[in-house]
Amino acid sequence: MHFARTHNAVPVRADAVPHVDIEIFRRVVLQAIDAGGRLLLLTGLSQKEGETRLLAAIADDAHGEIALSSTIVGGAYPALTPNCPAAHHFEREIHEQWGVDPRGHPWLKPVRFPPTGPVIGKADFFKVAGAEIHEVAVGPVHAGIIEPGHFRFNCHGERVIHLEISLGYQHRGIERALQGGPHRGALHLAETIAGDTTVGHATAYCQIVEGLSGTASSPRARALRALALELERIANHIGDLGALAGDVGFLPAAAYCGRLRGDALNMTALLCGSRLGRGWVRPGGIALEPAAETLRQLKRRMDDAERDMRNAVDLLWKSSSVRARFENTGVLTRQAATDLGAVGPAARASGIDRDARRDFPTPLYSERVPSVAVGDAGDVFARAQQRWREIENSIAFVGQVLDEPAGGDARSSVERLAPNAVIPSIVEGWRGEIVHLAVTDQAGRFARYKIVDPSFRNWYALAIAMRGQAIMDFPLCNKSFNLSYCGHDL
Amino acid sequence: MFKTLLARARQGYRTVAYAGQDAGLPALFRGRPVLDPDKCVTGCTECVDVCPTDALRVTESGLELDIGRCIFCGYCIAACPEGAIAFSRDWRLAASKREGLVATADRPLQIDALSGELRRLLGRSLRLRQVSAGGCNGCEVEVNALGNVVFDSSRFGIDFVASPRHADGVLVTGPVTANMKEALLITYQAIAEPKLVIAAGACAISGGLYRDHQEVSNGVEGLLPVDLYVPGCPPHPFTILDGIMRLLGRL
Repeated sequence: MHFARTHNAVPVRADAVPHVDIEIFRRVVLQAIDAGGRLLLLTGLSQKEGETRLLAAIADDAHGEIALSSTIVGGAYPALTPNCPAAHHFEREIHEQWGVDPRGHPWLKPVRFPPTGPVIGKADFFKVAGAEIHEVAVGPVHAGIIEPGHFRFNCHGERVIHLEISLGYQHRGIERALQGGPHRGALHLAETIAGDTTVGHATAYCQIVEGLSGTASSPRARALRALALELERIANHIGDLGALAGDVGFLPAAAYCGRLRGDALNMTALLCGSRLGRGWVRPGGIALEPAAETLRQLKRRMDDAERDMRNAVDLLWKSSSVRARFENTGVLTRQAATDLGAVGPAARASGIDRDARRDFPTPLYSERVPSVAVGDAGDVFARAQQRWREIENSIAFVGQVLDEPAGGDARSSVERLAPNAVIPSIVEGWRGEIVHLAVTDQAGRFARYKIVDPSFRNWYALAIAMRGQAIMDFPLCNKSFNLSYCGHDL
Repeated sequence: MFKTLLARARQGYRTVAYAGQDAGLPALFRGRPVLDPDKCVTGCTECVDVCPTDALRVTESGLELDIGRCIFCGYCIAACPEGAIAFSRDWRLAASKREGLVATADRPLQIDALSGELRRLLGRSLRLRQVSAGGCNGCEVEVNALGNVVFDSSRFGIDFVASPRHADGVLVTGPVTANMKEALLITYQAIAEPKLVIAAGACAISGGLYRDHQEVSNGVEGLLPVDLYVPGCPPHPFTILDGIMRLLGRL
């Protein structure tokens, strides 16, 4: 057999993951993808005497299975990207992190420009040649209060022929800092992978620790964790709907949604004191048992917020000036989304029926699964509607949890982590599928900790969606994806 | 048009009055730390050992908590066997000097307002350029919230602008990554004199969780002359607003 099979947050022994020749590795990985599998991640694990061990994880969405295979390569190997475009960013990363050359890869530009490599910004960019072609360079410092990144547009008049997104400005060395963990700062590092996804990444981290230590958190702790994850989704989705309204100059909805985003953040703060949910998710469960009155108050606040959200968002759908800007703008076709391995609401808005809460259920969602909305058109309008439908489903889920929050302790004690193990962890964050993967050494410490934020997959999808668009529509397209810079840069 | 007006009526007036008094924060909010030296046992380092950012220190004069490093995780509260550490709901945390962020049992945190001359120059308007230099989008989200209808910092003349040329100062978030250092310095240079620097969040003040990573500069300290430190991970919008208002001598 060429694969070790496991499930979300279930460890396998490291020696059970097959080592196969690179030729076989390429063949079986590509075959698995042709057969409907999906490249969950492709990464280097370790390096010794000029040899690098690569690991591929393939997701079988229909059966909730994750297949792992590994290979050893020298200084170069034939790239998977020409046959599997979803591998392109992973192979760029392998080239940067491990110095291995994936031969045949079309664009091995650095991903994050770490201190050991070339200076950021001094690099080749895609060039479009021809009469009347011009370039527009934006960033790293942008006009608003947002994170830094560099965008380079190759344009013909107002029309964007190609957009190159060059990131790495936020690189803080998180994966390296997690090696040797779990340690006293590990959970907090996970919470700040992308601060707007505190609960999502903290949950992915905790699933790793719990899976490796065989900890079963109580149904109550799981329900209240899921509650915070859905509040995070609601806060970010409603905030983005407001930001989309702002980008087309429709200020009423922008103002209302901005306030409603804060209401959702304040609901999280009611649970744990932090608007972003810092400290709520802990290995073994949650920080503390909320008071009964807290849950009742949450219910009341959610009912009020739902009415106001419906009212505010309804304005968007009913305003022709908004629809005119949203419709047919920034189309991501279903084919492109599939090829690039796009995830989350951006992929679902293009007709891909995929949601880790349903496809890779952890105990977090084993009792109740939120409904999964799937769109079709793949334009800004579809992504906006997708956000709203997800808000509706999350509100329904939150209501169920608050009505019946299940029983059990807030937190179970966590024992030692299993040594020499590999464990994948998947969480459907508000931006999409968050993947963490840890490998432990013989002492049960993290020998390697790999993080894949949904943004890592989706940035290129944004670039593709911008092709042929008017450059003035970039802020709108960008906001409809709203990807994370720090989640990508790590 | 009619629907839009109806919605306006339904959404109501949401701006929260702010004059430095109770900001209506949740019961579990962790704000200004309160240390009780009488409970602290000599030789005990339980709180120091669990702190993810080395914010706690035991000195000869007692326990010190540097809220410029603190991420307000509360691990120390749980770790202290004697209950010597607590976090109050007081959100007013900003200080104008770095050493002003070191909380001991008997030293309150403090802010010195800008000089009268600078305040005259600014009048009733402060325009800031925000630069995220490795911020996780936690601080950025909360700075952004200042612009929404709830906190509405523009009513106090405090606005964030797109160009450093239009700004009176810069508000920095993040530990200042190596990859953003140059862009931050260029942005600062582009602002006309006299100019302010505000460091918001544990990362910008001290490097926070990322302190001593080879990829970062441990915040803006030593890179830019800081006028206001706003602690937190992230700071609450009211903590930021309160700090800026006090800096301007408005509270």
